[in-house]
Amino acid sequence: MTQYSFIGTEVPRPDASDKAAGKALYIHDMVLPGMLYGKIKYSEYAHARIKHIDTSRAERLPGVRAVITGYNTPEIRIGFIRDNMPLKKDKVRQFRDEVAAVAAIDPEIAEEAVELIRVEYEELPAVFTPEDALKEGAPIVHETDARGRPKSDNLVPVAWNFVAGDVEKAKQEAAFIAEGRFQTPLIQQSCMGTAGCIAEFDLEGNLTIHTKTQIPFLAQNDFNRALAAIGLKGKNTRVTVPTLGGSFGTGLDTHGYEYIAILLAYKTGRPVKIVLNREEEFTTLSPRQPTETHIIQGCDKEGKLTLREVRMVLDNGAYTSWGATTPSVMMLPISSLYRVPNVLYEAKIVYTNNTYCQAMRGYGNPQAAWALECNLDDLAEKAGMDPFEFRMLNANIPDDTTPMGLNITSCGHEACLKTVADRLNWKQKRGKGRDKARGVGMASLFHVGGSGRVYRSDGTGIIMKLDDFGNVSVITGGIEMGQGFNSALALVSAEALGVTPDKVTVISGDTATCPWDVGTHASRGAFTAGNAAIMAAQKARDKIFRIASEHFMPRVHYKLKKRKKKDPDFEIPDLDYNRICDPSEFELKENVVFLKEEPDNPLLRVSLEEILREAHYREQGSMIISEAFYDPPNQMIDMKTGRGNLSATYIFGTHGAEVEVDRETGKVKILQFVAAHDVGKVINRQTIKGQIYGGMMQGLGYALCEEYKTDKGRNLNPNFLDYKIFSAPDVNFPIHIECIETDDKEGPFGAKGVGEPGLVPVAPAVANAIYDAIGVRIRDLPITPEKILSALKKKQ
Amino acid sequence: MKKLIRFTLNGHEVSAEVESHRMLLEVLRNTFHLTGTKEGCGQGECGACTVLVDGLSVDSCLYPAFEVEGKSVTTIEGLVEEGSRLHPIQEAFVEHGGIQCGFCTPGMIMSTKALLDENPHPTDDEIKRGISGNLCRCTGYVQIVESIRKAAEKY
Ligand code: FES
Ligand code: FES
Repeated sequence: MTQYSFIGTEVPRPDASDKAAGKALYIHDMVLPGMLYGKIKYSEYAHARIKHIDTSRAERLPGVRAVITGYNTPEIRIGFIRDNMPLKKDKVRQFRDEVAAVAAIDPEIAEEAVELIRVEYEELPAVFTPEDALKEGAPIVHETDARGRPKSDNLVPVAWNFVAGDVEKAKQEAAFIAEGRFQTPLIQQSCMGTAGCIAEFDLEGNLTIHTKTQIPFLAQNDFNRALAAIGLKGKNTRVTVPTLGGSFGTGLDTHGYEYIAILLAYKTGRPVKIVLNREEEFTTLSPRQPTETHIIQGCDKEGKLTLREVRMVLDNGAYTSWGATTPSVMMLPISSLYRVPNVLYEAKIVYTNNTYCQAMRGYGNPQAAWALECNLDDLAEKAGMDPFEFRMLNANIPDDTTPMGLNITSCGHEACLKTVADRLNWKQKRGKGRDKARGVGMASLFHVGGSGRVYRSDGTGIIMKLDDFGNVSVITGGIEMGQGFNSALALVSAEALGVTPDKVTVISGDTATCPWDVGTHASRGAFTAGNAAIMAAQKARDKIFRIASEHFMPRVHYKLKKRKKKDPDFEIPDLDYNRICDPSEFELKENVVFLKEEPDNPLLRVSLEEILREAHYREQGSMIISEAFYDPPNQMIDMKTGRGNLSATYIFGTHGAEVEVDRETGKVKILQFVAAHDVGKVINRQTIKGQIYGGMMQGLGYALCEEYKTDKGRNLNPNFLDYKIFSAPDVNFPIHIECIETDDKEGPFGAKGVGEPGLVPVAPAVANAIYDAIGVRIRDLPITPEKILSALKKKQ
Repeated sequence: MKKLIRFTLNGHEVSAEVESHRMLLEVLRNTFHLTGTKEGCGQGECGACTVLVDGLSVDSCLYPAFEVEGKSVTTIEGLVEEGSRLHPIQEAFVEHGGIQCGFCTPGMIMSTKALLDENPHPTDDEIKRGISGNLCRCTGYVQIVESIRKAAEKY
């Protein structure tokens, strides 16, 4: 096994101290000279025609600098299929639709002004479930598409289909079949730091926007289009990203409020800040899409999976974000989690007058895993098999190509399953706790681990810049949002270059100075940037060794002469100090350049910084800057066939839960939780555990308590009292995390992406444990005490 | 109505003209530019705004600024010692992975300070109760509790 200096250590993250001191600067903390505060007026109906907007009283309020509506600003088309506009004209389609906005000298005046805006509406019939929206004669949410062509149904024109083998035939031949319907609710990402931005223009008409995003370069593209729409074609946007208070997928689209800040800044000539308050974050930011899934799985007599049919309907809400591509990620586990030859998958995305949805950590995978893994337990039961044995029999294996064309290379699925079974003491416990209403359950996950080619490019750039003192700036287009990206990148860079991590500073979040990156999503940050860093480090080392070839021996000589001056007894060894070495003779480790042949010779060592200074301080000098662009060997999914090797490698994991259910109250108590993940290779043990713990607790929220409640399109629980996320006392059970290292050949030092997986299989693992405990299967999340009580009642 | 309030802020005597409806959080952030104290909800539900008033932890978003008259307020900035040395609690959070996005961190650390000042050797349950008003979406709390346990060892 390779011996690493820093990879696999457990070390504090570089951004931690500033955060601990309250020094990190979030968008909330930024104030610019002359800055105005923007505030948005939202719709009062789920679906209505706008008849008139009266802004006159708002305009007259002292301190107000601009009031804008869709009627006095240029039209900007936004969203994944451009079916949305920052300010609505003619019609509102959801409660959060923006109808007007204000910029004022302080936030209170802005708020007061918004309240003075009067909008007259004519209410329209609305649809709040995909089922209703697909009925004949249902109200149409969008009468035309983005190009103005008439539209007569509520289907989002993004369809996902996948077929492999012959599912119908497999159904006839199957020995056992399990069928079920499963639902998942709307849930909110619940970043502790709410969303916001500051937009400002320079006098040339170029825009700078400081904003909460995970996609600075795609956002630059979006905003440049907006500039063109407002008459500033050819002008540029600089996107900068302050410290992010969590993001969890909320930064994968550009949002209405950002465009509104831009319009207000343009109109006033002043920087304009819009930061959402907690209620706005709940009611006007896009949550995770709810799903309704009909699933059938079947196996042969021995328990080998033979078929899987999944038909899914997603509630899109009123507009379309990149979240409409979540079925592409769902397709991964549906086609490829466990080995199954005959697969049919179909996803419909439906417009409704609900809040529109977007990405959240896991990107569709938690919804898919919920149906797959619950239904798999049902099938195991039908087949009379233990769910663990059943999973082992069908587990993914290394070096396999799945029906979707995914090339599985490294694969620790079996090891994950075994770890969970061992830790839970599965054999002793499964099926043996009914009398005490105790049970164990497990569920697995399959996800991209080597980025995912969602866009045409899946690339990322890195620049490495070394200074006179041996400091290394690693400049990246990736984004730290709390997940530990900077820490992973610093360790990989240090290891690859041959410096200590304290010498590395990661610089990110500025489209003007950082190299291009497609976005920090799909658990790709450390994987892609890590690989780019290894490439850039190699180039930097080549340059360093070329300079060393001339200057190494003279430097050694100079130092020895200096030593002799101090200590006349010292004898300078007789070496060829004018020798020009070959660059290939050198090694660089922990900030010291030495000869490979004599790594332990204390005389033949020169610090990196001395070599670097030699590069600068001479005639015809040079500097050590290197760059690299890494674009992983993966493919986009062919929309027609649903095939394509989306990721350069895949990640596996299994979660296990032991629960106890109170039959009187319906409450579920977690007794212990085990999470085993095939991570490829641990880069920083501290941050990887943080990702798994954090994802798991979000998953437990998804399983047991989180639900974004609505009534006819209006959110009912826009606060943390009514929208319950886990708090510290809820984490009152032992947790065991196991990172299984499979040394992926494509990963940086063998590592695969782990940002999202911790959340994915939690809910089905818990539901399966509940079934083991009390014999009832809950099919819609969250698993509340009421649902358990009513299921118990039905069972009797 | 405006009033001049005088209080001790991170060890220094300060004063400010404040309107009656202002909360302490706004005064700290907007008047004194101490932006380390965060606003996560503005309604007493998340604990991101936790500061100490006369040693007790309060949600500064709900604490009327008028009421700090004559009292002593400590914010996250007040824990950092001369020469930018972190307080042992801050250090423990850094060392043991108690920080991810960092937005909950200042409030979490101030609640920890209040807890350990009163109970220097808390059990895990007492730790969890001590930070029960502080929500964190990133960490799942495990490494936060670990950080607090380690901080207590040095307290
Ligand atoms: S901001 Fe004060 S409790 Fe959330
Ligand atoms: S570290 Fe992000 S909310 Fe706690």
